[in-house]
Amino acid sequence: MITLRQVEYKYQEGTPMETEALHKVSLEIRDGEFIGLIGHTGSGKSTLIQHLNGLVRATGGDILYNGESIYREGFSMKELRSRVGLVFQYPEHQLFEVDVFTDVCFGPKNQGLSKEEIEKRAREALSLVGIGENYYKKSPFELSGGEKRRVAIAGVLAMEPEVLILDEPTAGLDPRGRDEILGQLARLHRERGMTVILVSHSMEDVAKYVDRIMVMNHGCLVFDDTPRVVFGHYKELEEMGLAAPQVTYIAHALAEAGFPVRTDVITVEEAEEAILCTLNMDGVGRMEKADGEGR
Amino acid sequence: MMRDITLGQYYPVQSPVHKLDPRTKLFGTLVLIVALFVADNVYCYGAAALFLFGIIAASKVPVGHIVKGLKPVLFLLVFSAAFNLFLTPGEELVHFWIFTITKEGLVRAGMMAVRLTFLVMGTSLLTFTTTPNQLTDGLERSLRFLNVVHVPVHEIAMIMSIALRFIPILVEETDKIMKAQMARGADFETGGLIKKAKAMIPLLVPLFISAFRRASDLALAMEARCYHGGEGRTKMKPLKYRTADRLAYLILLAFPTGVVLLRVLL
Amino acid sequence: MGIIKAKNLIYNYIKRDEEEKVEEVNEAVKDVSLDIEAGQFVAVLGHNGSGKSTLAKHMNALLLPSEGTVWIGGMDTKDDDSLLEVRRTAGMVFQNPDNQIIASVVEEDVGFGPENMGVPTDEIWRRVDECLKAVGMTAYRRSSPDRLSGGQKQRVAIAGVMAMEPKCIVLDEPTAMLDPNGRREVIRTVRELNKKKGITVILITHYMEEVIHADRIYVMDEGEIAMEGTPEEIFGRVDELKALRLDVPQVTELAHGLRKKGVPLSPCILDVEELVGELVGIRKQRTAQ
Repeated sequence: MITLRQVEYKYQEGTPMETEALHKVSLEIRDGEFIGLIGHTGSGKSTLIQHLNGLVRATGGDILYNGESIYREGFSMKELRSRVGLVFQYPEHQLFEVDVFTDVCFGPKNQGLSKEEIEKRAREALSLVGIGENYYKKSPFELSGGEKRRVAIAGVLAMEPEVLILDEPTAGLDPRGRDEILGQLARLHRERGMTVILVSHSMEDVAKYVDRIMVMNHGCLVFDDTPRVVFGHYKELEEMGLAAPQVTYIAHALAEAGFPVRTDVITVEEAEEAILCTLNMDGVGRMEKADGEGR
Repeated sequence: MMRDITLGQYYPVQSPVHKLDPRTKLFGTLVLIVALFVADNVYCYGAAALFLFGIIAASKVPVGHIVKGLKPVLFLLVFSAAFNLFLTPGEELVHFWIFTITKEGLVRAGMMAVRLTFLVMGTSLLTFTTTPNQLTDGLERSLRFLNVVHVPVHEIAMIMSIALRFIPILVEETDKIMKAQMARGADFETGGLIKKAKAMIPLLVPLFISAFRRASDLALAMEARCYHGGEGRTKMKPLKYRTADRLAYLILLAFPTGVVLLRVLL
Repeated sequence: MGIIKAKNLIYNYIKRDEEEKVEEVNEAVKDVSLDIEAGQFVAVLGHNGSGKSTLAKHMNALLLPSEGTVWIGGMDTKDDDSLLEVRRTAGMVFQNPDNQIIASVVEEDVGFGPENMGVPTDEIWRRVDECLKAVGMTAYRRSSPDRLSGGQKQRVAIAGVMAMEPKCIVLDEPTAMLDPNGRREVIRTVRELNKKKGITVILITHYMEEVIHADRIYVMDEGEIAMEGTPEEIFGRVDELKALRLDVPQVTELAHGLRKKGVPLSPCILDVEELVGELVGIRKQRTAQ
């Protein structure tokens, strides 16, 4: 569990150039959550996630990891970083080893594990992201964009973190590549109970996968709730340069045009169901049944 | 850490010095360097100080900002002053253990320190008041005569200006890769020299790869925009001398003449 | 002949070993033929590695065909003498905004192309003023590119290409590295240039919502053109697109799902108003019965 208490961060504190990147952010990340973090570029979300594993030190407030302040004297930042894994944007840019397997071993090696354990973890991490053994001896630079991305994510997974934070893991990937990575993350969360924090610009993706959304704007945490509640504030989100998923707008447009439908839908499936429900009540149901039998 | 280096960063204010033609400023810097090496008595240094601080005042760059730029060369400054202080033979002033300080040594150390300080301040003033692009333009024009002996002046100038454009991008990238590797447990701070050098590999390899990727992207982008060397190229901002430049040249000629006179007469 | 024409274009990436022997031949583009009319807005879709970027680089003579021919404004790109002419007919904008801005000041970067072409100084200034205005970046003309957002940098890059006064502009995944606001900015700018100035646009992307206004769409897969048509024709084939690792906007997907469940909607719906209009209509009919 990670707790933030009134965390503040100022760039170049004490100089005339001082700018506030985080303003009194308080929040709690509980074990096993799947959280989406959204906000436009420069809203402070990247700064926020770098605080969670101690890469950036808060200029005010406190951060607790399992109840213990990470700024307490003697607290091991190295230990924290292996428990809170952080995958940066375009993580493939950090690959450097001669082959895929050795690169993934880099993290566990830094943790000071035995050779067997290192290799066991690397294998497991690679299989979690769907990279097969035939890739182990390839140079990371020979792979396609999506494969590189997955190897880089495996590099962090191999450290077996309790919390996994990803900064826009799907940036620049094609739709299938995007779905593959998000699907693997969802599985990690479901099957291993890993806490996942996903930073994303895609409201559609966030709506589909996470169970809690945090919204950052000008360094402040402005919303922190379930996707349904957060996207209900779509007008406020728009003022921050964000939006709700397209289906939410469709539902609102339908309701306004006199087509009675639930307006709190956030995924395509929900919208489909809601629209069918309205039509069925009107008697379209008969047609649908007939159609179903005909098939 | 790397953002603290003020040496060479353009200081954006409006001033008569900023508006001068880069060639005038290059020539001025050259004059200052030569004058400082010719100078050998207090009067010459007085004249140099007058000249330098006059320009600094006209440039509107705060003196404090320029002094900050001295930090990276502080070691060199102290070292060369100490060298002169202890190793100049002459009339003995103080003696302890193996060190002897002489009167001549004291004077020479003082002069050396002033000379180096003025030198660094003068050259950094050039970069404070001239954008990298103007500077390369100025160099390209001033050194054009080297084309005769087949020095690719235009290409060198282009390389310089591109390097300057990419420095901030690469600094940011270094910071990012460093953080990414620290997130994977890399340790850049502790350990001996060898361990530290080894720890740089995960930083340097990605950095080089990224620099090469950027270079090849950039080459492609330049080619796509019809770049084909300096031949037949026109300038959006051609260099032109104005009245202020002519005036500056007069001052620039008067100053070394004065220094030489002071040296000969006194 | 259209402004851009390719006939039986093949491009092979050849990997050689140390002794210059051919080790591997990778067919990036296989037998592509297309003909693009001046003034059109054409989109090329395809997943990563489908060959769309390789195809794009042929439109600016950055790559030359292994086999077949590409003509730009009637000029064969293989003809050495017309190289510069080809490049100023079809300008190119690339993916990474940082790696295509050459100068340290916005206006100087926009002037870079004309400088290379030997345009007189006064004319360069006129073009720079006009192009910065066209992409809405005049206020930033003296800024350093490092201080701009990704979307702004791409607009500067577009202005830099426009200053060469091309007939046609090829954008190779210009939005892949941008956030949604930056993406909208860039697409809006490109559409305006197409409409107001009549510039032919070839937009290469894998974001579907960017191409719904295109005149014509080509979908690439495995180096070939797998689908071709108007947005309505292409987006009606949701299942095929998904098989090509692509996606459709949520509104199209929703309409497609509803149709499958027997709601009598038109085969291809691209925007929200269209769907809302049809659903309201269907409901009126049902309740009237």
